[in-house]
Amino acid sequence: MTEPLTRPPRKNPVARTRQATRPPAPRSRRALGLTAAAALGRFELQVCQDCNTTQYPPREVCGHCLSERLRWQPVDASGRLLALTVLSHSNDLYFRERLPWRIGSVEMAAGPTVVAHVHGDCKEGDTVRLSLKLDRSGQAVMIALPQEATPNMEDDKTLRETSCDPKFRRVLVTDGKTAVGLAVIQALLDAGATTVFAGDPETWRRSAQFDALCEDPRVLVQDLNITDGDSVERISRSIGGKVDILINTADYQREGGILFNRDMNKAREALDVNCMGLIRLAQHFGPAMAGRAADGINNAVAWVNVLSIYAHANLPAQGLWAMSQAAALSVSQCLRQEFLHAGGVRVVNVFSGPLDHEWEQRTPPPRVAPRAVAAAIVKALREGSEDVYVGDVAQEFLARWRDNPKGLEREL
Amino acid sequence: MTTTETDKKTAPPATGTALVQLMSELASGKITIVDLTETLTPEFPTIVLPPEFGQAWPFRIEEISHYDERGPAWYWNNFSMSEHTGTHFDAPVHWVSGKDQPDNTVDTIPLNAFIAQACVLDCSAESRDNPDFLLTIDFVEQWEAKHGRIPPRSWVFMRTDWSRRDKPVEYLNMREDGAHSPGPDAQVVPWLVKERDAHGFGTESVGTDTGQAQHLDPPFPCHYFMHGNNRYGLQCMTNLDRLPPTGAVIFAAPLKIRRGSGSPLRVLALTPAAA
Repeated sequence: MTEPLTRPPRKNPVARTRQATRPPAPRSRRALGLTAAAALGRFELQVCQDCNTTQYPPREVCGHCLSERLRWQPVDASGRLLALTVLSHSNDLYFRERLPWRIGSVEMAAGPTVVAHVHGDCKEGDTVRLSLKLDRSGQAVMIALPQEATPNMEDDKTLRETSCDPKFRRVLVTDGKTAVGLAVIQALLDAGATTVFAGDPETWRRSAQFDALCEDPRVLVQDLNITDGDSVERISRSIGGKVDILINTADYQREGGILFNRDMNKAREALDVNCMGLIRLAQHFGPAMAGRAADGINNAVAWVNVLSIYAHANLPAQGLWAMSQAAALSVSQCLRQEFLHAGGVRVVNVFSGPLDHEWEQRTPPPRVAPRAVAAAIVKALREGSEDVYVGDVAQEFLARWRDNPKGLEREL
Repeated sequence: MTTTETDKKTAPPATGTALVQLMSELASGKITIVDLTETLTPEFPTIVLPPEFGQAWPFRIEEISHYDERGPAWYWNNFSMSEHTGTHFDAPVHWVSGKDQPDNTVDTIPLNAFIAQACVLDCSAESRDNPDFLLTIDFVEQWEAKHGRIPPRSWVFMRTDWSRRDKPVEYLNMREDGAHSPGPDAQVVPWLVKERDAHGFGTESVGTDTGQAQHLDPPFPCHYFMHGNNRYGLQCMTNLDRLPPTGAVIFAAPLKIRRGSGSPLRVLALTPAAA
């Protein structure tokens, strides 16, 4: 069993903060298929469509019949740990800081034998479950996990290096009064966050639910309004060095398309909250988070954007809002690359279908419960995925978008 | 430049005019200037409407440069806000009742409207424990019994000390049933226009009307009657406690916005120095 993490002591204020190093990042273009699967939390390998051979490592043609018809698809992730090695030395800076490090070879039920990082609860000869995770370089790595969950297994060093678990971390929820914000605060408290900084952009608006959450001593209210650069700067100077995870729950959603909805104010306000607000947050909180990407057990690990699936393809009935979501998605892509190069804070995008809140009153069900979004965020942080699609509508949207984006555009 | 123009410029000012006397009394301190304006900051509250309606933008500011790589020797900002943010002036066109009045926009209002005397009605004691305090004809008549009849074309300012409240929570004072702040009732506003020829109405709270004005008849009577009679509004003012009940002169000139319905502005009062 894994030794459970304990709450980290207060940081020594005069010690040099550990600088972030990154595990080796280069991959062949083919191998990026593993990264695509890991980003979604899936386990996929190439399978030959002619002879059905599962491939590893990723390649251009089938290692068995030379066919070019290789397709990424889910495969059986189970296998047997053939051999385990504990590294006591490495010339790579990243691994050197984390020694000793367990690696092993796993013979997969699907065929190939792979080299993987090995969880502390696995021993030679065990049946293991392989998992594809993103490391701090943003690239896919395989981790051999115990077949059945073991106590505190998420606290294992190997897993902690690929996850962004809110346990013992301090989280900023930028707007704690939105339906999603309220649910996220509760979910973080349940997940063992040390502190939840809850942004309140409208202190004059009373919310019994928000006030009730704030009775928990771990919740600290912040006078944060992401449309106001002064406020973002002020709060970042106050708590910016303590934010390990930032979850942007601020949203401005309004009905109406573009052609018959002549309202530039709405368009600007949507952009100001959903896109410019994200930029303001990034510029004021991002650099400090990047600087703390390797700062011990409660290092800065994740930046979460709550987005709509209509960021991918515009829903004309809410075209102005969808436009701002697309802009926010674009910002998130920039941030993701910048954070990766600056130490490895992970940018997680959580895409939801229509939410069950006051701005979707006439949208027929199924609508996504805010607590389902909150649960998906915590799950993504624990498992270390990068793109999350919450609910049936979002999952179906994703499948259609991948299959035929033009067709999806016609049907929205 | 012609000789005549040069002569005009260098000629000593005529003595004994009211303007010369004004400047000399300003210089000597016999007349003081009181700033009735709140500072424009991002935190300053703006009026809140139901979210499906369009909203007035709050004050927002972004630096263009600050003696840095964006502009090495100069500091300046871009800012944005609505016509009705901060201490601001309401033009008659702001309300539907004033939409057909002549010269009803900030760019066409006659200049002499921007300088007017003010009567300051102290309602601070009444408003302290009653955020829904309504100014009535009776209250004005009692005030007149002490300070004299409100002269024609005079601003009527309602002092409540509301500007001292914590912003934004106590200032907006929002509850489940909406905002609660003092203002005039539905009878006193048309009476002030008809019987006293009031120039306009001014307050310290976020609007010229009371917080619960949607429940009066007509709703928002100060907007309805003042603007319907081509009169003006000033709100979000401060320092009204530093004005005498009568005798102050108000300089309140809005920005010259084309077809503007109102404007943030600097409101200055000239008052006789306290004895």
